[in-house]
Amino acid sequence: MKIRLLTAFPAAMLAGLLLSCATSIAANDDSGGLATLRGAPIPTSTSSGGDALKKAIESAPLDRDFTQQPPLVSHAVDDYPVTRNFNKCLDCHSWENYRKEKATKVSQSHFQAADGQELPNVSPRRYFCLQCHVPQVDARPLIANTYQRPTGAR
Amino acid sequence: MNGNRFRRWRHAISAGIILAFVLGVACLAIFNTALEWTNREDFCISCHAMQDNVYREYQNTIHYANRVGVRAVCADCHVPKAFLPKMIRKLQASGEVWHAVLGSVDTPEKFNAKRPLLAQREWRRMKANDSRECRNCHDAVSFDYSAQGYRAVERHMEGLSSGQTCIDCHKGIAHKLPPVDQGIGIASPAAITPEVFRPAVEKKTEAPED
Repeated sequence: MKIRLLTAFPAAMLAGLLLSCATSIAANDDSGGLATLRGAPIPTSTSSGGDALKKAIESAPLDRDFTQQPPLVSHAVDDYPVTRNFNKCLDCHSWENYRKEKATKVSQSHFQAADGQELPNVSPRRYFCLQCHVPQVDARPLIANTYQRPTGAR
Repeated sequence: MNGNRFRRWRHAISAGIILAFVLGVACLAIFNTALEWTNREDFCISCHAMQDNVYREYQNTIHYANRVGVRAVCADCHVPKAFLPKMIRKLQASGEVWHAVLGSVDTPEKFNAKRPLLAQREWRRMKANDSRECRNCHDAVSFDYSAQGYRAVERHMEGLSSGQTCIDCHKGIAHKLPPVDQGIGIASPAAITPEVFRPAVEKKTEAPED
């Protein structure tokens, strides 16, 4: 009886541990009820880089490093909402407001819809500014490399 | 005989005055305690309308949690500190008690449907009182411009000298914004117009710039 108890206890422990591991993995896969506006699930596990937590360099925009590079955001964007209801970036950078705010205006290339049609304002497909324009930080290259700026951009 | 009666009256009157005074103080204390009791965060979020909507949003903002741990609770922004404005606001709040009973905004869906109206009402109130509740803590006279970002310095100096008030620019800092019409895609019919969201600055005829 004593021996059986001694073996049963670790077995139960192991089973419990495995079960908790399994559920935690399942929870990681689950989108937690989050979905895109079109109903596609949003994965909750995203890679996190330390540099995102660095403070943005509030100065003139840094030079671009490659042709067609989206210009960097030269200020912090903490607590600036870009949601379905409101886009804080466009509150200053829209053609309507940039003069009052002494901000850079959105490029007119951003007025073009996916089918090439010119819209009267920023195209909805360009709504999520921070997908391309990121705050400038003192970030080191993740992998050492010998990349040089294109000659025209030096 | 006569003097005795007079003395008795005098005792009764002075006892009455003392009693009235004590009762008055007690009543005032109870009244004030009740007012303060309804100013607590716990009281505000005791209904679903507040707990499931505005409170949850506010938890992600700097007025809820910050580096130094100073929190502005609901009443700090939404209830005036001075006696008369406080009484007026508390009386108006009886309408909010009624709607809490009705459950007018007790789900996120119901709340979001009313959000443009509710937000504009609060913006109007703050605009009318020159953002008095903001200024209870944020006094522009005490601004240390050297500690502000270069964008903030410029905007603050310009805005404050042209007669703008905090809420003219700082909307949606503690709660989510309602839909704002920014001229992109299909506008929501309930969207806040740009004129309301960014009120024009009336040009003041002021002393010339130095």
